[in-house]
Amino acid sequence: MLLAAFDWHSLFFMFFALLTCGFAVAMLFSDNVVHMAFYLILSLGASAGLFFLAGAEFVGAMQLMIYVGGTLVLLIFGVMLTAQSRFISMKTRSGEWVMALVLGGSLLFLLLTAAFRVEDWRDGNPNAADIGIAESKTTTQIGMGFTGVRVDRLDAPEDSTLVPGMSGYLLPFVIVSVHLLVVLVGAAYMARTKRRATSTGAAA
Amino acid sequence: MIGISPVSVSHYLVVGAVLFVVGAICMATKRNALGVLMGVELVLNGANLNFIAFGSKYLRAESLGLDGQLIALFVIVLAAAEAAVALAIALNFYNNHATIDVDQASELKG
Repeated sequence: MLLAAFDWHSLFFMFFALLTCGFAVAMLFSDNVVHMAFYLILSLGASAGLFFLAGAEFVGAMQLMIYVGGTLVLLIFGVMLTAQSRFISMKTRSGEWVMALVLGGSLLFLLLTAAFRVEDWRDGNPNAADIGIAESKTTTQIGMGFTGVRVDRLDAPEDSTLVPGMSGYLLPFVIVSVHLLVVLVGAAYMARTKRRATSTGAAA
Repeated sequence: MIGISPVSVSHYLVVGAVLFVVGAICMATKRNALGVLMGVELVLNGANLNFIAFGSKYLRAESLGLDGQLIALFVIVLAAAEAAVALAIALNFYNNHATIDVDQASELKG
């Protein structure tokens, strides 16, 4: 079979990885801020494909919905609100480019050597083919984890400092949701249109 | 088998490193405040990719498990909050100074 001759996991990984990195680099070298926003959408969307390939289907869907659907729409609104012709395309001085590319290149070299240095990371899971697709459904486990119950850890050795099975993420979840609410109220307050100061000098 | 050798954590780390570095360079070189913001998003996404890779049981026999995915979700939510605040600051800056060029924001320069 021709189809079986391909390693589809690797091929799809290469496809999405090239899209992600390619659009990120295209974003870096584009001067036009509207094009940059578009390339960013494509890059983040392709990285959602990488999440799906790693078996994190819920996080991949959230990436598409929150990031691509929410955050980037917000960014594009920002671009539209500030879109005067002299701000659409701003050139960076070549000296800054050289400096940033040299520093960034050395940082990239450092990270790449580090990524291939650890032997445990270099070879993939040899039993990956044995993991059924049904085992990788993580949505329920994530939901339970957010309510404080780790259903994937029920048989783990008990930690005496924790209530058994209750080592989930309930408190961080509550904190982050309140944080999000506060931040959004604050952002709406800060970005509102201010009324002009009245003649009496009192700013409304 | 055609294609690269079985996908491992290292390959994901490479993609994450590229996203991180591109985002960092973007933050350093862009003069548009919104371009800087987009660089931050790329950096956060690169970090997220690493969390997902370390949490994937397809890539490692002894993985982080669900922790990686949960932390990645927190990062996504915090990135959304950060984008909202940074955008509000950028719009305020634009309203007060009629420019979006970060080089113009030099009032605190000594």
